[in-house]
Amino acid sequence: MKLLTGNDLKTGFVTWWTGTDWSLHIEDAADVGEAGEAILAAEEGARRVNAPYIIAGEQTPEGPRPAHIKDRIRALGPTVRPDLTLKPADPTAGDWVI
Amino acid sequence: MYKYDEYDHAMVAARVAEFSDQVKRRLAGEITEDQFKPLRLMNGLYLQLHAYMLRVAVPYGTLDSRQMRMLAHIARKYDRDYGHFTTRQNIQYNWIKLEDAPAILQDLASVEMHAIQTSGNCIRNISSDQWAGAAADEITDPRPWAELLRQWSSFHPEFSYLPRKFKIAVIAADEDRAAMRLHDIGIQIVEKDGIHGAAFYVGGGMGRTPMIAPLIKDFVPLEDMLSYAEACLRVYNRYGRRDNIYKARIKILIHELGADEYRRQVEEEFAHVKSLGIDPPKAEFNRIAAQFAPPPLDASAPDAIDRSDPDFAVWVDQNVAAHKVPGHAIVNISLKPVGGIPGDASSAQIDLMADLAETYSHDELRVTHAQNIVLPHVRKADLYTIWQKLDEAGLATPNLDLISDIIACPGLDYCSLANARSIPVAQKIAARFSDLGRQKELGELKLKISGCINACGHHHAGHIGILGVDRKGTENYQLLLGGSGAEDVSLGTITGPGFDEDGIVDAIERVTDKYLATRAEGERFVDTFRRVGMAPFKEAIYG
Repeated sequence: MKLLTGNDLKTGFVTWWTGTDWSLHIEDAADVGEAGEAILAAEEGARRVNAPYIIAGEQTPEGPRPAHIKDRIRALGPTVRPDLTLKPADPTAGDWVI
Repeated sequence: MYKYDEYDHAMVAARVAEFSDQVKRRLAGEITEDQFKPLRLMNGLYLQLHAYMLRVAVPYGTLDSRQMRMLAHIARKYDRDYGHFTTRQNIQYNWIKLEDAPAILQDLASVEMHAIQTSGNCIRNISSDQWAGAAADEITDPRPWAELLRQWSSFHPEFSYLPRKFKIAVIAADEDRAAMRLHDIGIQIVEKDGIHGAAFYVGGGMGRTPMIAPLIKDFVPLEDMLSYAEACLRVYNRYGRRDNIYKARIKILIHELGADEYRRQVEEEFAHVKSLGIDPPKAEFNRIAAQFAPPPLDASAPDAIDRSDPDFAVWVDQNVAAHKVPGHAIVNISLKPVGGIPGDASSAQIDLMADLAETYSHDELRVTHAQNIVLPHVRKADLYTIWQKLDEAGLATPNLDLISDIIACPGLDYCSLANARSIPVAQKIAARFSDLGRQKELGELKLKISGCINACGHHHAGHIGILGVDRKGTENYQLLLGGSGAEDVSLGTITGPGFDEDGIVDAIERVTDKYLATRAEGERFVDTFRRVGMAPFKEAIYG
């Protein structure tokens, strides 16, 4: 699958294209197929996302998982500060990154 | 400490107003990200893995308690309650919102700080010896010269668009505590026939092509220092490669030209520049230098230290250094607790260090390139009280220059350039060697970790260096031995095939075991490595 990601313009937070909007949560990400470039151009032009790009991913039982560790860390947060990740209450969340 | 004059205030205020307007226009959609990116970078604002990152300059690593408290305030109000002290004596915030950036810069300006030229292809923050003005071995305080260079390089119209970024360090002692020869220009204030001058080392650096700066001029009269620096930059600006980012640093130019030809061109340019009169009048330099006058220290203060508390004594032995004035000491605060993140400090810890500086260190602090903090002017009689307060705040780890005093870049946990995580590796190594007795048995051992070839973690200059790489999508760590950023400067050599995260920790243990079995009397790790070479270590690592 292909995922579209970027950063929120105002906050800089990592965001994922859900098919209709942007979400902070990778679980909401949609497979953009071959439409990524067109969505990217439209959304960046409308300032709903900053520095967007398309990545490879796979669908897993837990939801979409980026192929590269860098994007998995982007999706979760810093592995060395679980309290600052999107899943601060889940001590095993970092395992998903590795 | 240097205090802004009306020009400094006006320049910074104008830049804050200008950038505030640029942010407003960006948020309103009047400029694109492509247009905005170079503008935000000129103000130290990056877009990193999780959010915007703001890098704030700490000129030559010196700041006062008011400024330090402002750093804590920014961490608390605009970030996530912590800051990260960097290997260039700066501080970075990892969770900045674009809409908050103007207010942050305004707050910084209120305490004479800014983020200007902490990114981009310009002259970056001038770095220096963190013990400047306090070290027993310096011939003068290098900071007035660093400040002069700061003023000269700030908004320098010719050098705002160099082929690549440019880093300058200034020291004034034979012991190099600033990795001076691994800078684009390293200046050492030296003495010749009773007169001080500047030795210019040009063309050093780390990154993907590490080089040790050759000596270009052994003695430049200090009244000519700016002109000579200008000449060095002009030759680079004229001939440095702009066609290939990987060959754009001055080290590549000097390597390709040869030091002799580069020197010839600099001398030719210097003869011209000298006629332009850019060096300051003596009175102006004296105005700057007067602001770095030594604090009023009482040389008759008690010299003895009550070492009856054994934990305190251990800390004194490891983290306290000799001051040039009797009865005083330099306190080195380690930001490397076992299990911690090298260089990180919470806002409460930053506030505490500010309080200690105000009460016990003549209102001065320093940031070190090793990501620690220094209280430079402390009465020995106050050491125990300071230690108690640091200990309560988790800031009394007695590991300065030991294996757990690790330099580590933010790595893939934060940095968009990184290929591998640095911090977890640092934490695992610190945990493996957590026994202080074992660390002290190993002695001085500088371990430095970078998460990519850009070498922000100075891995080339580590007695033991680690470079994180991406090997087919997984993190892999190369091991280097034998580097040094000090006066015995050298570049580390890769041992061989890399390791995974746990494997690199095991490899380091095999290396240190080999060192203990091989060392001669009084040898540090790096001394043993230089004596016996790579082969026995390689045998120990790979069998």
